[in-house]
Order: sequence, then structure tokens, then C-alpha cells
Amino acid sequence: MSPKKILLKFPSGIVEKPLIYHLVKDYDLMVNILKANVNPSKEGSMVMELSGDSPNYDQGLDFLRRQGVIVDRLSEGIVRNIDKCTHCGACTSICPSGALYISRPSMEVIFEDDKCVICGVCLKTCPVKALEPSVNGGNGKQ
Amino acid sequence: MLPAEMPGISGEDVHVGVKKTYAEINEKIKSGKVVVVTAEEIIGMVEEKGVETVAREVDVVTTGTFGPMCSSGAFFNFGHSKPRIKMHRVWMNGIPAYTGIAAVDAYLGVNELPDHDPLNSNHPGEFRYGGGHVIEDLLAGKAIKFEATGYGTDCYPRRKIDTYLTLDDINEAFLFNPRNAYQNYNIAANVSDKTIYTYLGTLKPRMGNAHYCSAGQLSPLLNDPYYKTIGIGTRIFLGGGIGYVSWNGTQHSPCGARGENGVPLGGSGTMAVVGDLKQMKPEWLRGTSFRGYGATMTVGIGIPIPILNEEMVRYVSVKDEDIFAPVVDYSYDYPNCTGKTLASVSYAQLKSGVIEVNGKEVPTAPLSSYVKAKEIAETLKQWISKGDFLLGEPVQTLPSADSGITGKSLIEKSAP
Repeated sequence: MSPKKILLKFPSGIVEKPLIYHLVKDYDLMVNILKANVNPSKEGSMVMELSGDSPNYDQGLDFLRRQGVIVDRLSEGIVRNIDKCTHCGACTSICPSGALYISRPSMEVIFEDDKCVICGVCLKTCPVKALEPSVNGGNGKQ
Repeated sequence: MLPAEMPGISGEDVHVGVKKTYAEINEKIKSGKVVVVTAEEIIGMVEEKGVETVAREVDVVTTGTFGPMCSSGAFFNFGHSKPRIKMHRVWMNGIPAYTGIAAVDAYLGVNELPDHDPLNSNHPGEFRYGGGHVIEDLLAGKAIKFEATGYGTDCYPRRKIDTYLTLDDINEAFLFNPRNAYQNYNIAANVSDKTIYTYLGTLKPRMGNAHYCSAGQLSPLLNDPYYKTIGIGTRIFLGGGIGYVSWNGTQHSPCGARGENGVPLGGSGTMAVVGDLKQMKPEWLRGTSFRGYGATMTVGIGIPIPILNEEMVRYVSVKDEDIFAPVVDYSYDYPNCTGKTLASVSYAQLKSGVIEVNGKEVPTAPLSSYVKAKEIAETLKQWISKGDFLLGEPVQTLPSADSGITGKSLIEKSAP
């Protein structure tokens, strides 16, 4: 089963529990944490790619929900509007995950949405607003 | 080094070989026999065939650049309403235009922002819409909201007008950019401990990145470093249409340090350019926003360089590894005008994606699109090859390294 991007929200009482460990150990799921904001005794959030066999996958999510975690399918993403992009490159040194980079020697800007962690910094940095939020459609094509 | 001291420029080399005039090249353009290549293509040709052969074979070399150019804007004449109004204030899509000229004329600067823009009150501000965006919208055929107020005179009694305008509704609309196409430019880095937001983009702390803004070997003034063929009347690609060099640009400073190839090691020359906005294209004049800094416009410019002689071949065959620019700290040194530079690196190093500054590897990114610069040089090459574009011989070239021009600082003085 191909990985799905999910958003987890942790209430302050449970952030110190090793929940992701249980997803891996007890439900045999594969996790790839894309973005995490988890602080002791505070609410936390995490974006991850999660994949595994179908009964385990659903049982794993049920386990998280029983622990008080709010689980959402991540339906937002970032798309690059190729008609607007000028290939200037201003986004490439700012993107923290290497999803936006320059291909050499052509000097074209490439957007690999698989690597995008949806941090949103490019939305604010792109001088011509060629990077756009995409809701409901997941990650669009570049 | 002065032009007269350049190797191969004065003395014994000048008498050899190739001499062409603008008129001869224009005859070749008209008869379809002209040979045009880009400033990128000529590099390999010269390496393969040598300067003299290339000088005979090639007539014109095209350059290009596509980067944010803040000192840009457009003059408009909106036509007279019934009854007439002397426009004391004008807004185009909420962006104020300068009206200190005749009744229904105005100048819209690309950095101009709406009256109630939050600016940097919630730092870093977004600056999503400014004068450059209005110009792009007009070129895209969009109707813009037009508002003007007047104070009422006997000959211009009206005090207010609100309407919508497209570019077709406006009488004259011409781009007039007081400073474009900087010959070379600083590379911006940030040595402080916090992220800074500049006109050269977002700079990460502790030199986490460095931004540069030039097309390097394709950039117009780097291919004619002493402005031997560029001056008032030079016909150019401007914003997707045809424009002209009208004067040297503001801050034109040709007397700074140069390398042995004549190429300036820092900012140096600039151009003022003009052209009919109505034949320009929105993809070549793009409204642009720099977070925490302001709004501006990205401008496409391409200049054809006539191969009048072998000297011009030497100039246009300059390559990225022979062009150097200074790395400047934008957290302290630039704002405080210390004049300090951190390093000098070549455009070949910059384009590789990493430079070394004081022993640290710093990732680089451009703000000027090399992809689009190439497209401009190619487009200009097509125009000339097809006979659609003749060279304009400058009536006067731009002041060069022997002009004695130096930039002045603004000094605070008490009343004289």
C-alpha cells in the first residue's frame, strides 16, 4: 500500500508517550516523519507518511485515536504553477527538504512534491507567487 | 585598467583584420545574410575557431537578463474627462502614481505600495501587490480600477473620477526605467544569528545561504564591459517588446575596479531604458514581491552586440569563470555602508550551487533567471535573423572607465 500523508495532533497530556514506537512495533507500519512540533507538556503536531498492510494500518490509526490523538488525512499540499514560475531560484536555498532545487547545467527549478514537507516557507518566499497552496487535491503535479 | 591599456585593444593589434559598421550589419540583417549567435554560444565558437575567424563569421551576439529591477516604472496619459480634471492624486488598482507632471499624466513606480499596506508592521511583511503588479495586470489585458482626485481650478473644475481602464483605453503608456541591468552585483550573505529579509531574498543566519542576481556570461553589460557599442539609441529587447537605451542609469559607476578582461569586479554600469508598454508582454514584466522588503518588478532585457571588430569578440566571449562578484554581509556591512566584502567569487562557482567564504561552504541560489535570460537571447536572435529587428547605432555611448564618474554618499549637513 502506498504511503499516505497524515497529520497527527497530540493533546498536551500525551506528548510524552512513545506512540510512534508502538505504531512500528505493534502494527508493523512504516513511518516517515516529515515535520514534527512536539514539546514537553504542550500540544504537539506531526506530519508523516504512513504505510502498511490494510488491517494493520486501520488498527494503528485506531490505536492512536484511543490514545487521544486527532488523526487527519493531509489533504493540503503545495503545487508549483509552471506558467507563473520564472525559474529564478529564490526558493531553492530556502526549501528545507530539497523538494525545490536547481537542475544543472540547465539552471531550471525543479519541484519534487514527494520530498515536500508542506512547511509553507516557499509560499511566502516565492517572489512571483508561483508556489500555491492546494487544498483537497493533495499534492498536485508540477 | 583603462580601455587603452587592454591587451589587444590599442597599438599593433588594431590594424589587423575585421572591421564592420552598423550600416553593413543592418544591410546583412535586411538581406537575411546576418549571422547571429547568443553570448553563450559564442564562447565555444571562439574556443574552437579563434577570435579572428569568429569576428569574420559572426555579425551580432545577443545577450539577455531577467531579474528584479526596482528602478522601473511607466508614464501614462489617461486622456481628458468631461468636465476636465487636473489629477492631483491618482491610484491604479489602489497603488498611488506620481502626478507632479501635467494634468492627466502620471508615473507609476514598480516599488509603489497601496496607501494602507501593512508594510513591515507584522515583520516580515508580504508586499503582495505593488506598482509592478499593476503593470503586469495591464499587459495581461485586465481592467484596473482607476481613481483620481483634483482640487478644482477654473480650467479643470472636476474634483473626482472613478472608473476602470485597460491598457487600450490609455493614450500613451511607456516604460521608463531609470536604472536597469546592473553590470554586476553583490552576492548577499548574512553573518548574523537571525534570518534577515532583503531585496536579495531571505538570507539564513550564519551564512546559511548566499544569493546572487546576474545572468553572468549572458548578461548585457558584462559582454560589452566598456560600453563600446551600448549607448543612447541602442535598440533592445525590453519586456518582450522593443525598447531603447535612453541614458546611463542612475548610480552608473564605471570607474571601479576591473579584472584584466575589463569586467568590473562589482556593481559598475547601469542603463536607463524606455519603450512602448503597449507592445510588451506580461511574461517579461512580472510583478514581484520580496518578503520583508517590498514589491518590485522583474524585467526582461536583451541587448544585441554588434561584432564591429575582433575586440568585440574578445568581450562577448567572456565566460562565467572569468566574471567575479563580491560577497557582502547584508546583516551589518551593507546596511551600515562599511564597504567591507567577505570574498570575491566567480559566476561559475556561484552557478555550481556552492561557494566557499572564509573556509565555510555556503549554498547559493540566484534571483535572476538564467533560463529566461537564455530565452531572451534566443528570441532576440530570432528577431534579428528574421530581419524584424535592426541594430540602433548609439548617438553617444555610455560614460566609461575614463569618465571619472564616482558615486557620492549622502552627507548630513547643517544649513549653509
